[in-house]
Amino acid sequence: MTDALLPGANAQAEVPLKRRLRRAERTRQVRALALVAPLLVFLLFTFAGPIAGMLWRAVDDREVRQVLPQTIAALADWDGKDLPDEKAYAALASDILAARAAGTIAIAAKRLNYALNGFRTILTSTARNLKAVPEPGTAKETLGKINSAWRERATWTTIKDASGPVTGFYLLAALDLTRNADGAIVAALPDQAIYRDIFARTFLISLGVTALCLILGFPVAYLLATLPPGRSNLLMIFILLPFWTSLLVRTCAWIVLLQSKGVVNDSLHWLGIIDEPLRLIYNRFGVCVAMTHVLLPFMILPLYSSMKAISPAYMRAAASLGAPPLTAFLRIYLPQTLPGIGAGSLLVFILALGYYITPALVGGAADQMISYFIALYTTETANWGLASALGAVLLLATVLLALVYGKLVQGQQVTGGMKN
Amino acid sequence: MEAGMVTPAPALVRFSGIQKTYDGEHLVVKNLDLDIRKGEFITLLGPSGSGKTTTLMMLAGFEIPTHGEIYLADRPIKNVPPHRRDIGMVFQNYALFPHLTIAENIAFPLSVRKTNKADVQERVSAALRMIKMETMAQRRPGQLSGGQQQRVALARALVFNPQLVLMDEPLGALDKRLREQMQLEIKQLHETMGITIVYVTHDQSEALTMSDRIAVFNDGIVQQIDRPDALYEHPVNSFVAHFIGENNVLAGTVETIDKDFCRVALAGGGAVTARAVNVSGTGASTSLSVRPERVAILPDGSAGEGPNRLPAKVQNTIYLGDHALAVLEVAGNGEFMVKLQPGAHHSLTPGEDVFITFRPEDCLALDPV
Repeated sequence: MTDALLPGANAQAEVPLKRRLRRAERTRQVRALALVAPLLVFLLFTFAGPIAGMLWRAVDDREVRQVLPQTIAALADWDGKDLPDEKAYAALASDILAARAAGTIAIAAKRLNYALNGFRTILTSTARNLKAVPEPGTAKETLGKINSAWRERATWTTIKDASGPVTGFYLLAALDLTRNADGAIVAALPDQAIYRDIFARTFLISLGVTALCLILGFPVAYLLATLPPGRSNLLMIFILLPFWTSLLVRTCAWIVLLQSKGVVNDSLHWLGIIDEPLRLIYNRFGVCVAMTHVLLPFMILPLYSSMKAISPAYMRAAASLGAPPLTAFLRIYLPQTLPGIGAGSLLVFILALGYYITPALVGGAADQMISYFIALYTTETANWGLASALGAVLLLATVLLALVYGKLVQGQQVTGGMKN
Repeated sequence: MEAGMVTPAPALVRFSGIQKTYDGEHLVVKNLDLDIRKGEFITLLGPSGSGKTTTLMMLAGFEIPTHGEIYLADRPIKNVPPHRRDIGMVFQNYALFPHLTIAENIAFPLSVRKTNKADVQERVSAALRMIKMETMAQRRPGQLSGGQQQRVALARALVFNPQLVLMDEPLGALDKRLREQMQLEIKQLHETMGITIVYVTHDQSEALTMSDRIAVFNDGIVQQIDRPDALYEHPVNSFVAHFIGENNVLAGTVETIDKDFCRVALAGGGAVTARAVNVSGTGASTSLSVRPERVAILPDGSAGEGPNRLPAKVQNTIYLGDHALAVLEVAGNGEFMVKLQPGAHHSLTPGEDVFITFRPEDCLALDPV
């Protein structure tokens, strides 16, 4: 009887029920949104916005266009095979005079100098020596006389490449690539091709630090998860203690410890183990030690939380089923900590990729990571385009890694069988 | 061994003078001597904190006795680590490995013993057939219901043919109907496979249903070890009488003892004849134990003639479907239960004065509570 009644009742109530459900859901969603709105706005302004701005700067190329607008317009339909025609020379002369009056020559010179070393001199000498607008038809000759570079095709392709409004120039440079005069992508000159090495170094150091953190952190996390609550709380405080000290202080403490007249070297010398002080700092060793120390808690905490969820009954069950302790650990315990290992490693690795202060303070010239160069280009040379491009490449690599990790974790999602 | 003597099945496990303390001050298990015979289903029954789980854990090897020795097949095992004891165990919350499939879970004890692959496969499928879960071999424990997980845990503990299987309240997490069904399934497995099972529970009806023998634990001491019917019919002390089944208690003092029977003056007035099971002598106080189904309410409201007639006042009646209970006040005990035929409770009204009777054999004089 109920079977016969129910479908009819459902069909009648269906439409209003669905609408009511939607309305109820909407109210809830609005309320939830209102709760997160302040944070969302904050993040939008302080995080998403600046990042988008930085990413945009990696491809933004409007400096030359602003300073030399007529030249860019004249070069628009230049095929780039021979020197441009008289019209372009006249436009350039007029642009340079205007820019000189406005004092904006340096802006274009800086940008063009990135692409072609020496362009700054070409442009500034031309600006200095160009007295007045050349007579019609003589612009090519006049400019060529002032600086012979204007008779070379490469000078003009550089301007055309930099005509914007967007460019792949910085991104290519960040990957040690460049465009030749024909517009094909080729490897950069050896003295400019440094970024791939730096990226490789950054990844290598991060990988090493991650491995060290895992090796050192795993036993500690295990201890933390298995000690009785009183003692594990104490241990937890010790692990969290570094968080209460500034990163700078912790790094400087390592300098005190590791320098050639530092605590470690003095102790070893006093014990008679060494005669000459060991070189422990301003090299790769110092960077790895200091970074591992700083990043260790980020490995221990995810490991701890995954281990805390593993009931001791599993190891007992494994033992009762005949597994010796090592087998039980490798086949039962370790696989269940994999999500923690993955999360901890990813966290440490990504944090290490962006490390700046620690390598800058305790590393040598050959141990500087990509962030050092990003900082260098933003604060010292004001080459925001390249800094942004390096940042964008780093961001892309990090996002790819996170995606790969997400896929891996999804593949082996562990669902608990214990109902404790 | 002398000819003609009845030889019980040899002891597979022997606890000899086992003591266990965790804090060095108070003993959780006090001087345990217990033999477990080959092929029997023995239940360690007792309230929480009685030492039954500690006893099981010492047998499994997860706890080490403070004193005494445990023998498995005549071999001392106190210093044998759990993984070399060859004892299968089913845990309270099943402890199925969540990252392995059902088939991998069942194969685990075989693969750690380096059994060859074909053999493993065959025995795993046989085990899955036994628990009727062939189609779920590739699922993970998290995808199974409690009852199914229980079956897998059982199969995993049996698949390597251990000498002994331990079960630590394995049905505690299941609902009543499923629990009763699983009780029968485990009992059936025990009978068909002839394995020795040590089962821990605090549920006396579960113990009565399943066990060949029950060891009743209280306060770190085995109070009584016996067949379920013997425990019920012939408890040796008040704790066992009270813990196993329903029980009415009447306090009194022993007046005279005549061989197996004694005359007891009730504290609430009146006197009855009871079987002297655990009384220290004349003048000692005692607790009488009478099962509700062994008490009759006399039909015509008068005492009539016969032993053990006591006046009672009806407090209440409770209807329970297949039977009914009358709650009476008898000799100062206001919760004296009498089991009635269904329907019989209509003839009783609260406040009514009646007489009850029970046979002297059904009334046990035990140690005072």
